[in-house]
Amino acid sequence: MPKVSLTVNGKPVTVEVENRTLLVEMLREQLRLTGTHVGCDTSQCGACVVHVNGASVKSCTILAVQCEGTEVLTIEGLAAPDGTLHPMQEAFREYHALQCGFCTPGMVMSAIDLVQRNPQGLSDREIREGLEGNLCRCTGYHNIVRAIAAAQVVMHGKAKELPRAVE
Amino acid sequence: MYEFAYHRPASVAEAVKLLAADPEAKLISGGMSLIPVLKQRLARPSALIDLGAIPDLVGISVSATTVTVKGRTTHAAVAASAEVRRAIPALAELASHIGDAQVRNRGTIGGSIAHNDPTADYPSAVLALGATVHTSRRTIAADDFFTGLFTTALEPDEIVTAVEFPIPDKAAYVKFPNPASRYAMVGVFVAKGPMGVRVAVTGAGAKGVFRHAAMEEALAKSWSPEALEGITTPAENLTTDIHASREYRAHLIGVMAKRAVAKAG
Repeated sequence: MPKVSLTVNGKPVTVEVENRTLLVEMLREQLRLTGTHVGCDTSQCGACVVHVNGASVKSCTILAVQCEGTEVLTIEGLAAPDGTLHPMQEAFREYHALQCGFCTPGMVMSAIDLVQRNPQGLSDREIREGLEGNLCRCTGYHNIVRAIAAAQVVMHGKAKELPRAVE
Repeated sequence: MYEFAYHRPASVAEAVKLLAADPEAKLISGGMSLIPVLKQRLARPSALIDLGAIPDLVGISVSATTVTVKGRTTHAAVAASAEVRRAIPALAELASHIGDAQVRNRGTIGGSIAHNDPTADYPSAVLALGATVHTSRRTIAADDFFTGLFTTALEPDEIVTAVEFPIPDKAAYVKFPNPASRYAMVGVFVAKGPMGVRVAVTGAGAKGVFRHAAMEEALAKSWSPEALEGITTPAENLTTDIHASREYRAHLIGVMAKRAVAKAG
């Protein structure tokens, strides 16, 4: 069976896969990283978004073997070892940017890539456009947009602490 | 997905050799169209030849008169390129609205034009700007490249290595995206410059992307949205599906074309 060697959440791993194994299948079923979700399985909903070499991708639409030598980051790799949440995770918690939570891992991973690519800062409209590839069927997106708008301030070093949702 | 062999060549020459040796093999670049097709078992290639490990196939270069985008350059890279934004803003703008952010991070220009999906955005830019497609063995003019639905002038063992766009004086692309899939129901790319006045329509043609001769003639006389007043598009060669009738698409072509000319200025 083919083997693929890559770094997942900072740890080098070598996994035996079939050529047709999707990245999300390898992550969930072989590495047991079940934080990455499969929603539509047709590259539309974004629940499976992870980062490959720093770019957000839909892990249901990339083969594991295509990830040879890459660095993959999943939702499990965001928090610090002591459990301190990434500012985007903290913002989603603070702004109640989820209801059922199914889309949340993909939302958070897409949002981090979106913010990192836009150091000039994003308007609410730009955040909404940037989330085109992620579907949430509960929240109506309002709190997700608010969370990302708040997190970008911290991620760009413009504030040390996340602005509170309610003063 | 059915099973397939997987190759990861390090050069274009090696990829061509693998492709020539196996007529049932398929190239994979970003995979944004191919992987969904494989998942639905609509195709059963014997092998995938991944262009992902060929560094020579990535990059953008801009001269005084042309923008050259290598075949495996992602839509995200074209959209984010300050040089492309300066030289052909319409091209960067088009790239910035393909699919969604995750598709743009994987999908590539070579993959898009080689696939020649009738609703893809890039073919309209290639055709309207009169680009030259560079391949592993020759160059192909845009007018000769797109030959029909999902078909191109590429030989079975030929690989798109780059697309060279002449820099226009004016250009713009406007599309009416399908509200669900975001693919173009109609997209119109207009350009004026060393390539003359050219209008290419994607999303609507029953045989894929096409040039709109009547609009080109009118815009060559007078580059203004008003010049397109009264120009109609015969509906019989257009696509009809659950999303839009061919008559509706014919109407949208006129609307999108006027908006594109207005946007180009």
